[in-house]
Amino acid sequence: MTDTSPTSARLREAVGPYFGRFGGRFVPEALVAALDELDAAFAAAQVDPAFIAELDELHRTYSGRPSILTEAPRFAEHAGGARILLKREDLNHTGSHKINNVLGQALLTKRMGKPRVIAETGAGQHGVATATAAALLGLECVVYMGEEDTRRQALNVARMRLLGAEVVPVTAGSRTLKDAINEAMRDWVTNVDTTHYLLGTVAGPHPFPTMVREFHKIIGEEAREQVLALTGRLPDVVTACVGGGSNAIGIFHAFLDDPDVQLLGLEAGGDGVETGRHASSITGGAAGVLHGNRTFILQDEDGQTIESHSISAGLDYPGVGPEHAWLAESGRARYEPVTDADAMEAFRLLCRTEGIIPAIESSHALAGALREGRRLGEGGIVLVNLSGRGDKDVDTAARWFGLVSAPDLVNSEAERVDLKEAQ
Amino acid sequence: MSSVAPVLAQAKAEGRAALIGYLPVGFPDHDTSIAAMVAMVENGVDIVEIGVPYSDPLMDGPVIQHAVEAALVAGARPRDTLVAAEAVAKAGAPSLLMSYWNLVDRYGVPKLAADLAAAGGSGLITPDLIPEEAGEWIEASDEHGLDRVFLVAPSSTDGRLAMTAAACRGFVYVASTMGVTGVRSQVNDAAEVLVRRTRAVTDLPLCVGLGVSNAEQAAQVAGFADGVIVGSAFVRALNEASSPAAGVRAVGELAASLAAGVRA
Repeated sequence: MTDTSPTSARLREAVGPYFGRFGGRFVPEALVAALDELDAAFAAAQVDPAFIAELDELHRTYSGRPSILTEAPRFAEHAGGARILLKREDLNHTGSHKINNVLGQALLTKRMGKPRVIAETGAGQHGVATATAAALLGLECVVYMGEEDTRRQALNVARMRLLGAEVVPVTAGSRTLKDAINEAMRDWVTNVDTTHYLLGTVAGPHPFPTMVREFHKIIGEEAREQVLALTGRLPDVVTACVGGGSNAIGIFHAFLDDPDVQLLGLEAGGDGVETGRHASSITGGAAGVLHGNRTFILQDEDGQTIESHSISAGLDYPGVGPEHAWLAESGRARYEPVTDADAMEAFRLLCRTEGIIPAIESSHALAGALREGRRLGEGGIVLVNLSGRGDKDVDTAARWFGLVSAPDLVNSEAERVDLKEAQ
Repeated sequence: MSSVAPVLAQAKAEGRAALIGYLPVGFPDHDTSIAAMVAMVENGVDIVEIGVPYSDPLMDGPVIQHAVEAALVAGARPRDTLVAAEAVAKAGAPSLLMSYWNLVDRYGVPKLAADLAAAGGSGLITPDLIPEEAGEWIEASDEHGLDRVFLVAPSSTDGRLAMTAAACRGFVYVASTMGVTGVRSQVNDAAEVLVRRTRAVTDLPLCVGLGVSNAEQAAQVAGFADGVIVGSAFVRALNEASSPAAGVRAVGELAASLAAGVRA
């Protein structure tokens, strides 16, 4: 059992399989050997100078790391006078933090001698990142995507195909991200000898939550240095959006043992947690088991998974990584919902005040920063993980704000129906 | 409450493998699913594996996925499986619930163990629970004398085979192949190899599942295993029938044919 004391000096050292009562491996026996193999390969790679150098080289010469820190003074005028600093993961190659984890796991796949990777994707960001790394390293790549999402994100489907990946629309269940994960698991259990499941977030069975965090913790390590250099002190609050929670754990990790730094995860509140149409697994869910780990999930009284709802496809998931569940329960981090409307207002504000179009996912973190800034007032410092850029969201945003007449944008009958429902 | 052990021992005494049939409760509707389970027993199924419909059945192929999805839409609930267990017991056979872990977790492990024992069920088959995560279930099943069936797979190391078999009671579920449930045209050689490897580490009966759908395959598996588990083929029989009554008849006919297979 890991120490759950909120101010423990060892929070950063917490590794799976368990984070408090969360985490573990709730998987078919057939996958245990592959998880053990992965665990061993990752442990060896972490201390192998060649692996570290190779990943570092890719970060610098391919992804564009370190990502910069941008102060947002005009945006901050709406945040009670506090300073707002943006960690620019949106500037990474492929447009989000996802590339950090994908490159790490793709290199591991090569080390394990497996020629094929599979991945799940919701909005398509992780799928695009995986297809990118697969193209770079010469791996066969299959991406599972809910049929519903392939329709909503047709452009990302095309991107993945351009990069040489096969995209498989999943028609089971609710036809969204959770079903894409189920289908990827089914593929993995069938093809585990040749295939690595390149899971895209800090959830799933051990060692995924720990390993994916380790590949993303560079975000917080860089940001901590950058904030110190710019302001001479640590931030008062760090905000990040939380779906599965990979960008959030990535930026939180370096600050876990700085007790004066508050960590705030913003969950997708959808129409509002009270409406039942949301994706706030910590705020509005209950402890249970989904996709291989014990964590907070959206479930009904029988334990059936409830579909999540969010304007942001990347946060539209009915679970959350087990380390977040533990940080929430221990009180080290806070988790609060941000509604679609509040996220979109923060989205608009950043566009207008700073000339940066953020991902709608990251706009939840921006909305949280506005709230925190107003609370802190003059002299406060809020660090925001701007985890992705918003190019992929232009269509959604244009509809939300009524910037374009509907027929200019929609390209299928089904989407016209969606549009009507949205209005 | 009764363990499945005597039934497996009896089959062995008769010089044959036992036949284990799976159906999910609630497909195509509650009453038909239970009538079909009873028809299985009346036609030679020795042990009924009662599926608890779950929203995310990641060990199941399309046939069972579709059936449990339909069962959930029709309103099937975990507690319905207790009614099914009672009906199967009344028909004269033991039953095991096949449940993904979150449903048991949500119901409450000690409460489910108590309720299942009271309903005359023999225990649980847990496709996404490995013994390392099963502390609460091991305790509850000990308290209520319930069977615990964990799975072994071709990828299991010898060490894990021994550890998993040691945690089982009733029998060990031997997954014949790396993959999910579904009808397959032939049973993989991997099944026989895995049975041999598992035999080396346990005296428990070994029952083989995943992919067995007809009498010929049942006879083949019966040649090296103590029990043959059939699932998707029964679901398909219900699914393809023109009416619920015809479905129940088709399930009975398939059971009779498979029962002949395990005696061949």
